[in-house]
Amino acid sequence: MQKISENKIGAGSNPVIVFFKNNMGILIALLALCAVLSIATDSFLTANNLLTVLRQICINAFLAIGMTFVLIIGGIDLTVGSVVGASGVAVVMLMESGVAIAPAIIVALLFGAAIGLINGTIIAFTGMPPFIVTLSLMGSLRGLCYLITDGRSVASKNEIFTVIGNGYLFGIPIPIYILVVTAVIMSILLYKTKFGRRMYAVGGNENAARFAGIKIKGLTVRVYMISGILSALAGVVLASRMYSGQPTAGNGYEADAIAAAVLGGTSFNGGIGTIGGTIIGALVIGILSNGLNLLHISSYVQMIIKGLVIILAVGFDILKNRKMARQ
Amino acid sequence: MENEYYLEMSGISKTFPGAKVLDSIEFNVKAGEVRALMGENGAGKSTLIKILGGIYDMDHGQGTIRINGQEARIDTVQDAQRYGIGIIHQEISLADNMTIADNLFMGKEIKGGTLLNDREMIRRSQAILEEMGLDVDARTRVRDLSIAKQQMVEISRALLSNAKIIVMDEPTSSLTKTEIDQLFLQIKNLKKSGIAIIYISHRMDEIFEIADSISILRDGKMIGTDTVENLTQDKVISMMVGRELSEIFKRDGKIEVGEVCLEVKHYSNKKINDINFSLRKGEIVGFAGLVGAGRTELARAIFGIDKVDSGELYISGERVNIQNAQDAIRHGIGYVPEDRKTEGLFLMHTIKYNTSIVVLEKFIKNVGVDKKYENRLAGKYADALSIKMTSPEQKVQFLSGGNQQKVVLGKWMAADPDIFILDEPTRGVDVGAKAEIYQLIYGLAKQGKAVMLISSEMEEIINLSDRIVVMHEGSVTGILDNNETSRAKQEEIMWFASGGKENAKN
Repeated sequence: MQKISENKIGAGSNPVIVFFKNNMGILIALLALCAVLSIATDSFLTANNLLTVLRQICINAFLAIGMTFVLIIGGIDLTVGSVVGASGVAVVMLMESGVAIAPAIIVALLFGAAIGLINGTIIAFTGMPPFIVTLSLMGSLRGLCYLITDGRSVASKNEIFTVIGNGYLFGIPIPIYILVVTAVIMSILLYKTKFGRRMYAVGGNENAARFAGIKIKGLTVRVYMISGILSALAGVVLASRMYSGQPTAGNGYEADAIAAAVLGGTSFNGGIGTIGGTIIGALVIGILSNGLNLLHISSYVQMIIKGLVIILAVGFDILKNRKMARQ
Repeated sequence: MENEYYLEMSGISKTFPGAKVLDSIEFNVKAGEVRALMGENGAGKSTLIKILGGIYDMDHGQGTIRINGQEARIDTVQDAQRYGIGIIHQEISLADNMTIADNLFMGKEIKGGTLLNDREMIRRSQAILEEMGLDVDARTRVRDLSIAKQQMVEISRALLSNAKIIVMDEPTSSLTKTEIDQLFLQIKNLKKSGIAIIYISHRMDEIFEIADSISILRDGKMIGTDTVENLTQDKVISMMVGRELSEIFKRDGKIEVGEVCLEVKHYSNKKINDINFSLRKGEIVGFAGLVGAGRTELARAIFGIDKVDSGELYISGERVNIQNAQDAIRHGIGYVPEDRKTEGLFLMHTIKYNTSIVVLEKFIKNVGVDKKYENRLAGKYADALSIKMTSPEQKVQFLSGGNQQKVVLGKWMAADPDIFILDEPTRGVDVGAKAEIYQLIYGLAKQGKAVMLISSEMEEIINLSDRIVVMHEGSVTGILDNNETSRAKQEEIMWFASGGKENAKN
């Protein structure tokens, strides 16, 4: 406990070191998981399998990054899975009706933004709880998917479109490139702009944020729009991967997105969360599913195991923090 | 052999990473004694109490706690309750959506068979409320009680769990004078029934009124314990601060008062009524009044947090329209709010984060953070305000109250407004930090800043202000000149504060 002179400031704030320190627990879990699967199966540690896992993870990672944003400001977005379905259907239907590929994708992304705008506006201006607002719209949006498709999937005949989800560039699946670019952009937004800083303020103490002159309503709306756009992006990639827009696509994906964010250290109470942590969280969930598949464990048992793993991981984290607070 | 002390804490040490906050403390309290525990914020009072209450572990293999002569191992909050230790925290910890009886029996509900026996719980609650001299129905919801009564309910809860040692942490911080009297009456009753009371407070008058003896902590060491008869206020202060403190309000040099920079005309809303006053550059204007006089509401209206129904605001002679906090900040107003924890700070974030949140545009241009600038900023205010910390990366929640308050001040100093609204800037802050904050306020005035100082401490208002605005029930009842040679009288202020005159004399 002493006064610190200026030159000491900044020591120990190397972002790489900080990242490893903050995510130590989940990183160890990830490495342990990979180690066990490498030994237990012949096929896990092959380039082919690892690339497949990474491609599968992308969809959840898009949603989880958006979810992290929303959780940081103390909200929650349960519409993400429904936006995946609706935007996938939208992009395919637009192309089938003759719209070119690029405008179709842009319209789908704008659709996601519009859903975020609706979520955010209702939450910011009425004070309704985010859980209720997004839960309700999740249902409505899913209904809309069924309504416009009449409950049937819409096949895409556009071959260029299907490359997005299925193609490779330099031997690496294209969705991975999209994810990397997205993660970089979102990281810059979160760590290098006023907007990002203020998100932490709003989630950390809304009252203090108001006294600090932060426009909370506008910020809230924008954060939900980001989540909406990322969900639509996931929807487009998924539709491409499945060669079709399916009204059931993305059903229940909000749960995996929340799980990835929380595994990655995002606080449910707002104010805390990182993109890096969330991506690691998505990796853990994806690799776990893949490993259980390789081990021929039935999907029913997989659901049980995934649930328990999340409880254990988050519980471990909370216990660790509590212990630190006592000492 | 009969033990002299009911509670004996001996050789208690506590080390946090990088800092020894308690150094082999001896602390013994008799049954039926009211012991005041005093010390500056950060002296180790709350750490000591948290060890007693099972919230913190003490350093291993060092100290012992004995209760009624028996060694007690307190590892959890439940252990502490089992040993009859009841802690009443500064913040009320009742479920205010539930009734008094529900709260009293929370966690130890009485069952008749498998179902709850509400009748019995209500009956027993009513009995204990009567014992406490509380004339309320046990079925009343806690949210419908005054703060003082809620505090009584907390004490009742401690009694119900057979507490023999009751710790009260700043119990009077949100009570009115009559409520304090009521509380003291109960403390005397508890004393008679042989309960040991540890009373933590910064309010010197109260300590000398209610305590039998005083223990003083400084920098994690026990400086001394003595009976109140052998101590004086000055002596206690100098023991707390470690130096004579006769000159805490001393101003160095004269401060020039310049032209009017803020003028409020006919400001009215639901809480305030036709307010008129002005602030000059380099001037400190004190706002006195009783709790609920509308001073905070006036500050919130000026800062754009609350709506204004009618009235005009001029800044440096120019009429401005302030709709929200952004507008206020743009027009050069900074507001240090009354409740630093809920309105001023981001507790889970770092000191650096907190000091820079209002001035992000100075080092974040669109995309990209100027880290050097950010670090320099944090370092500058940490140094200028002598914030005690391990590093600017330290989370604000781990700072003492006085240091937290300095962080809030630093945040606004970084924004460099022309007009500072300080709402109870020294509440819950110890004497040493108070003196430092007073010097900061003088420093602001010397730079030509105008300061609107809201305070409930008469001493502070009288010694710091150039003029005093007194409010009562949302209106200004008096504006008094108060220069260093002729100070306003406390009685005069009280007269206006209790609505003594109907019309403001401008």
